[in-house]
Amino acid sequence: MSKKELYSGAEILLKSLEEEGVREIFGYPGGAILTIYDALYMQDKIKHYLVRHEQAAIHAAEGYARTTGKCGVALVTSGPGACNAITGIANAYYDGYPLVVLTGQVSSDLIGGDAFQEADIVGITRSCCKHNYLVKDVKDLARIIKEAFYIATTGKPGPVVIDLPKDVINAKTTFNYPKEVKLEGYNPTYVGHPLQIKKALKMLCYAQRPVIIAGGGVLTSGAEEALTTLAQNLEIPVTHTLMGTGVYPANCPKYLGMLGMHGNYWANYAVVHADVIFAVGTRFNDRITGCLKRFAQDSQVIHVDIDPCSISKNVKVDVPIVGDAKNVLKSMNELFEAKKQEIHRAKKEAWFAQIEEWKKKRVIPAVNSDKLSAVKVIETIYETTKEYDPIVCTEVGQHQMWTAQLFQFNKPRRLITSGGLGTMGFGFPAAMGACAGNNNKVVLNIAGDGSIQMNIQELATCADYGFKVINCVINNGYLGMVRQWQEKIYNKHYSQTKISAPDFVKLAEAYGALGMRVEKEEEIVPAIKRALEAKTPVIIDFVCENFEMVYPWVLAGKPLNEVLLSNDNDGM
Amino acid sequence: MNNHTISISVTNEPGVLSRIVDLFSGRGFNIESLTVAPTMDRAFSRVTIVTQGDDSSIEQITKQLNRLIPILKVTDLTIAEAIETEVALIKVHTKDETRAQILNCVASTGAKVVDVTDKIYTIQIVGDTKQVNALMELLRPIGIKEFVRSGKTALSKNVSL
Repeated sequence: MSKKELYSGAEILLKSLEEEGVREIFGYPGGAILTIYDALYMQDKIKHYLVRHEQAAIHAAEGYARTTGKCGVALVTSGPGACNAITGIANAYYDGYPLVVLTGQVSSDLIGGDAFQEADIVGITRSCCKHNYLVKDVKDLARIIKEAFYIATTGKPGPVVIDLPKDVINAKTTFNYPKEVKLEGYNPTYVGHPLQIKKALKMLCYAQRPVIIAGGGVLTSGAEEALTTLAQNLEIPVTHTLMGTGVYPANCPKYLGMLGMHGNYWANYAVVHADVIFAVGTRFNDRITGCLKRFAQDSQVIHVDIDPCSISKNVKVDVPIVGDAKNVLKSMNELFEAKKQEIHRAKKEAWFAQIEEWKKKRVIPAVNSDKLSAVKVIETIYETTKEYDPIVCTEVGQHQMWTAQLFQFNKPRRLITSGGLGTMGFGFPAAMGACAGNNNKVVLNIAGDGSIQMNIQELATCADYGFKVINCVINNGYLGMVRQWQEKIYNKHYSQTKISAPDFVKLAEAYGALGMRVEKEEEIVPAIKRALEAKTPVIIDFVCENFEMVYPWVLAGKPLNEVLLSNDNDGM
Repeated sequence: MNNHTISISVTNEPGVLSRIVDLFSGRGFNIESLTVAPTMDRAFSRVTIVTQGDDSSIEQITKQLNRLIPILKVTDLTIAEAIETEVALIKVHTKDETRAQILNCVASTGAKVVDVTDKIYTIQIVGDTKQVNALMELLRPIGIKEFVRSGKTALSKNVSL
């Protein structure tokens, strides 16, 4: 192949993706990107999955990224295609996962003239992506793609959008994929400041009531082992955010589980009463801090994050450390080993005893009803599938919180859920992405009867590609989480939260999937076993009690130690 | 809540200004004034923004700006020693009886008259915010017809950006 050979922008795009190691992309064709789909047709290196809605393409790419650790890639057309992608882009941005989203655009000469299927996608996505580009010259294309992958996957990862005008992808030039990226304005800090690290370690060694809050950043930087070593060497209890699920094995000692609005009573109490809080890779979202003014009132806070903006944004930090979690935790472990620093174990005994005492405060089970309890269903799903080490996706709502509470995750990248943006309709397409990236792995999507209907059209995609997603629909006839708030805070005015659903069994059959309905406790296990053996996607419709509530529950804006444990017990 | 003058060095590419402005509006920060022009090297521009906020919001503004990829450097010139200046053009009604008074104000503040018609003097002043305000106060009773201010631009005395 001579170096002077000319390639179209579309061909350069695919060659560049190949250079980046991309083998799978998710997308939907359209007028502005016909040339790219033509180039896709002519090659066999990159597999394209045709979804049924652009939003699903982006979520699928994110599910792929979250379960494989690679960068997800999606391709959509201009105007409506790109606009449909926005929710997916924002979702990946809030949760910090790497995506490169390729959007079609009308020809350069038509931009700004309100052309057919034109949208100013660079303008629209500016505040919900890490960076974006409008490619104006085909000669810049390879460099921009290189930069996009670099930006998406380094620092705090996030989505990068590349807008591709039709004339640019048709134009021809030579292809040289750059070896390096030069971005003067972008230099993420990976190594923490040594003096701050020393100070942090000393504080943790002297602490009498320490607690670690592990966030999604631990997972992103692959710091699980370093975190576990630190926690065990220094004997510090570990709680985690929703995004940090699995970074500290649930079967390890001193595991407190999740904190926050629906976190464990004892995890919240430990954070409230700690003298030193060591937060790693979390941005202190309001769902984990509760009332900000009352958060960490009497504790010193050490905060490690790769994004300087996260530090002292919500919570005032005493020892800030900007850096990569893995790097910083490793340095702390090395320093601890080298100094043979002593920890004040005796002083901590009372703290451990106190936590054990708090652990006795458990959710009081709801009153029995004739219908299935969602908690029972989700517990049984966990017990029946745990030997398969499944990837568990969720939608957003009550079922999501129950899944986070009841599944015991010993590994990261097993719970795939929309944390920051809280996107209903995320779980199912994310599960497709998980299937595409993880051959033969059991992939569950725990859903509500509301959220499953937000991207249910993707059953067709699953059927096409043999994605055996097992959709477990916790069907309680309501938008349960909103209904729960209405019950408690809005005088049981169930405004627009009673929601109907189709016959999921018939619907599954219509799409070539396996549909089952479960109404009795003894049917739960056989249904799941049948689903595990199925050769097609599955929907199990678990017909559940309508009014079950998620507890523990800290009402929005309340401090973390005001934990409700049941409908009538305030738990304090 | 103090006024802060923030100097931002950026790559001179389309959309940089909207990224900055979007960041301010999206995160609820206020822009009091904004100036922008290319530097000696036309590949870069300098943006000067005057904003208000307590220490923690100024810290967030600085950090958030730094996160934007085309932004090379962000300096809070309120902390560094800096020269700050702005330009104002002021149109004033003139009558025979006020002409001398106007020229007096102009002379005493170091401003100058840049355009003259039978009814209007256009006055230009270059100076810090206080000087501009002082001239405005002097001219107000005489009758300001219209005015425009550039907003502050600033340069640190020591640090090179």
